[in-house]
Amino acid sequence: MRYMEEFRDPKAAKAVLARIAAVVDEIGATAEKPLHIMEICGGHTHAIFRYGLDKLTHPGIEFIHGPGCPVCVLPRARVDDCIAIARRPEVIFATFGDAMRVPGTEMSLLEAKAGGADIRMVYSPLDALELARRNPEREVVFFGLGFETTTPSTALSIQAAAREGLGNFSVFCNHITVPPPLRALLSDPDMRLDGFVGPGHVSMVIGIHAYDFIAGEFGKPIVVAGFEPLDLLQSVLMAVEQIRDGRAEVENQYARVVPEHGNPVSLAAIADVYEMRPSFEWRGLGEIDQSGLRIRDGYRRHDAEAKFGIGYGAAARGSAEPEDCACGQVMTGRLKPTACPHFGKGCTPGMPLGALMVSSEGACAAYYQYGGARAAAE
Amino acid sequence: MCLGIPGRIVAVTDAARQMAMAEVSGVRREVNVACVAEGPLAELVGRWALIHVGFAMALIDEAEAEATLAALRELGEAQEALDAMAAGDAALEGRP
Repeated sequence: MRYMEEFRDPKAAKAVLARIAAVVDEIGATAEKPLHIMEICGGHTHAIFRYGLDKLTHPGIEFIHGPGCPVCVLPRARVDDCIAIARRPEVIFATFGDAMRVPGTEMSLLEAKAGGADIRMVYSPLDALELARRNPEREVVFFGLGFETTTPSTALSIQAAAREGLGNFSVFCNHITVPPPLRALLSDPDMRLDGFVGPGHVSMVIGIHAYDFIAGEFGKPIVVAGFEPLDLLQSVLMAVEQIRDGRAEVENQYARVVPEHGNPVSLAAIADVYEMRPSFEWRGLGEIDQSGLRIRDGYRRHDAEAKFGIGYGAAARGSAEPEDCACGQVMTGRLKPTACPHFGKGCTPGMPLGALMVSSEGACAAYYQYGGARAAAE
Repeated sequence: MCLGIPGRIVAVTDAARQMAMAEVSGVRREVNVACVAEGPLAELVGRWALIHVGFAMALIDEAEAEATLAALRELGEAQEALDAMAAGDAALEGRP
């Protein structure tokens, strides 16, 4: 129980763990026949490993690590597109640091930068807007990446560029949405998911009713959770209590930050700037209907896909994954990271082959990073 | 990348663009407050907000801000956010 020392309130954590154990025993789940609880958000995956929550909870709970790590679901073809844009001499390509090390077919953005492309790591799309103001002779392209938490920031930046008439600012939009892959996973007859821990900050934007279909159509509980370890444990408890009681509801453990109906300003900006693509490609999950956003015609001037004729759908579909790369199976919970032939050998956080090893939010990187501490604790 | 970081809004810098100065772990950074502005922007001064890639996304109380910061420090995410802000400043000036 070495991990317990790291909780700010170990007594409270122990009490919740005991209640989880009692409920799981009532349900009758065991290590051999565990409940499959999917944490959707990569930040939650990181926290579960950091605090060893999967080891502290009753063995009758198995965490399945969901698709909520934006760089992990980014196909290699999109990285290739970024590099093709960044290599244009007139372009300053601005991106979040998270995307820099994601492997493309031949190289990452980091390698392209070393090769001379003008790629700038920025903290915010606002930095890219400022780059466009300061460099009127250059084309500044921001790589719009991520789920609903980051989507409002690029939408508001595009609106600002339109207001200011900053024609040299565009966004390469690859924003994706959380609910559609969950529907895809729940519709997959090979998947057995008993309940969900819902993403906190995505829900801060979209509210909790975006998950009504999980409870209503699929009969599974989902609890929107905060990021502190005690938040996660309480959410797991709420989910297993629902399972025990035969309830399927959308509950909000993180109400202190997540409003029931989301953030109205963010939602209005998203609706104004973006529209749903009929389909979008996810690394490891394939094509998913209504799961990605594109920029509306009204903001075409700030759409890098239109400006450079590049992006999803512009070339042949799909991108091959490295040989034997098991990211897709790991992401759907079919395989543990350590079962991948490349894990820790050809694929490490320093030299990632698959996207799940790139970010601290990826299941493989989390296994790798905390594997040593974990072995010592067992 | 969805974690964000708590910061305290200390001044309104550009009301037309809905920009304000926030203090994040001792570092000052201009942020957009459109998503949390319900009344006059001046009312936001002194409030804590959850800041995500340069945008204040939710108002939180001080205790929540402290607890979130502590959790982010333990995950290494607080430093990551501060490093990203410094990298953003460098990028604007064309420094490597």
